[in-house]
Amino acid sequence: MKFGIIVFPGSNCDIDCYHVLKDVLGKDVEYIWHDTEELEDFDCIILPGGFSYGDYLRCGAVAQFSKAMEQVRLHAEKGKLVLGICNGFQILTEAGLLSGALVRNKNLKFICDTVALKVENNNTSFTSRYNVGEVIDIPIAHGEGNYVVDEDTLKKMKENGQVLFTYEENPNGSTFNIAGVCNARKNVLGMMPHPERAGEALLGNTDGIKLFQSIIDYLEGGAKNDK
Amino acid sequence: MKAKVYVTLKKSIADPQGFAIKGALNKMGYGKIEDVRIGKLIELDLGDVTKEEADEQLKTMCEKLLANTVIEQYEYEILV
Repeated sequence: MKFGIIVFPGSNCDIDCYHVLKDVLGKDVEYIWHDTEELEDFDCIILPGGFSYGDYLRCGAVAQFSKAMEQVRLHAEKGKLVLGICNGFQILTEAGLLSGALVRNKNLKFICDTVALKVENNNTSFTSRYNVGEVIDIPIAHGEGNYVVDEDTLKKMKENGQVLFTYEENPNGSTFNIAGVCNARKNVLGMMPHPERAGEALLGNTDGIKLFQSIIDYLEGGAKNDK
Repeated sequence: MKAKVYVTLKKSIADPQGFAIKGALNKMGYGKIEDVRIGKLIELDLGDVTKEEADEQLKTMCEKLLANTVIEQYEYEILV
């Protein structure tokens, strides 16, 4: 099992993701520079937070055209796992791998805080270690985390269990309090909160570790995406 | 061939920047202002292309990169 973390110019949460997977969970993980054209070896690709390509034009807009993203698209088409955190979530929506878009926070502020999230669906490879309705504390740090999606798409996403995390108290104006959503096939997850910043007791919060453990369970057990 | 692309948020998307600026303009004394929307102006020099080519290129550029059509709308003008 191998994790790959894509490093774009401007990514700044890549090392945190690497640390949690390598040092806390003892898994095989590699950094992948954004112009890499080969991702065959990887089972789960992580798009980390940061400000890829300076977030010029729109957050994630330029990153969607990097060579590695072409490969991420193919990786996702095969049903393999993709996790986009914060800027990674923005890139996934810009690339069309997830529905909707992320716009400026309603209060116009960059919000750096730890917020309560509710787990809405645990029947996925990303959330199986959590209970439905479980409330977890996960840090957020974003200026454009206000998730916007049209009503019809949201209805379909809800029916299909694609809303995985919602905010207990909406910090940014996000539609339906959405903090994290996956695609219809449930192999691509995007979330604004940072589970990699809640991965060890030493740093005061372990609520995010179960997300990575769920992925490992899935990859080790070979369990199906939708059990 | 030069062109200008205007990208704005769709009417259905709230524009908190516009709202903040409306507040500031109101405070300046322009109390009658009802709405302010912020957008982007992108100026391009497309090089040596015909007007038809420019039109086609601009449409693709807008659809794929310059605007995110989930939340934004675009217009462009080709300057001859």
